[in-house]
Amino acid sequence: MGGMAAPQVAPVETPATHEVPASERQWVTIVWDDPVNLMTYVTWVFQKLFGYSREKAEELMLDVHHKGRAVVSTGARERMEHDASQLHAYGLWATVDRS
Amino acid sequence: MFRRQAGRYVATFAVDEVRVLRKVASEVVGLLTDGFDHTDPVVGRLFPAVYPEDAAGSAEFRRYTEGDLKTAKIDQAGAILAALPDEAGGEVRLDAEAAEAWLRALNDARLAMGVRLEIKDGTDLGEELDDAVAEDPASSRVFQLSVYAYLGYLQESLLNALID
Repeated sequence: MGGMAAPQVAPVETPATHEVPASERQWVTIVWDDPVNLMTYVTWVFQKLFGYSREKAEELMLDVHHKGRAVVSTGARERMEHDASQLHAYGLWATVDRS
Repeated sequence: MFRRQAGRYVATFAVDEVRVLRKVASEVVGLLTDGFDHTDPVVGRLFPAVYPEDAAGSAEFRRYTEGDLKTAKIDQAGAILAALPDEAGGEVRLDAEAAEAWLRALNDARLAMGVRLEIKDGTDLGEELDDAVAEDPASSRVFQLSVYAYLGYLQESLLNALID
C-alpha cells in the first residue's frame, strides 16, 4: 500500500463536552481476534456496519488479526452497545469498554 | 460454489451438500431454541459477554438484546433452510438480502463447529484432518472437520460473489 493518504473516517461524532459528565463521555467498541472468522468476512462486516472504506476496514481487520484486538468505534455508551450487538449478529466477538 | 448471475447469487449443490447444509442449519436453530443453554460454550461464543469484567452489566445488556439477537440468528439459519432444494440436489438462487443472511448463518454454523472442534489460531485444518483420519477414518471428528472446511469454502465463495 502507499501513495495518497486516505482521509480518516470518523465513525461517530464526538459529543459536546459540556453535555455529558467526563465519566460518560467516551466509550469504545472492541473486536477481538477469533480463530474462525475469515479475514475477508471481517473486513466486509466493518465496511457494511460502519461504512468504512475498504482500506480502513482492512487496516482494522489486520489490527484485530495481528494485535489480538482493535477499537472499531468510539462514542457514547449506548451507541457502543448498539454497535456491539450488531457485531454479535454478524458473529464477531465484540465488547464495550471505557476509552 | 457461488457465482453472480443477473443480480442473483447462484450455486448448484449435490444431494449430499444439501443434506449437510440442512443438517448444520437445523442444528443452529436447535441450539437457539430448545437447546438454548447459557453454560454451553457455543452459546457463549454466539452471545459474548459485552463487559468481560462486569457480569451485572453484561447480564443487563443481555436482557435487552438477547431476544432480538436470537431471533435474527434463527431467521438467518432459516434463510438457508428456505432456499435449499427439497431432498435432491439442485440450484440455489439468492437475492442480495438472502445472500447476506446466508453469510451470517454460515458464519454462525462455523463458529459453533469451531468451538466444538476446538479450532485455535494457527490450527492447520489439513493436518487436523490427516490426524483424525489416521486415528479413525469413520469417526465423527473426520466428518465434522470436513464439513467445517466445506462451510468455509462456501462462505468465502459467496462473499467473493457479493464483493466482486
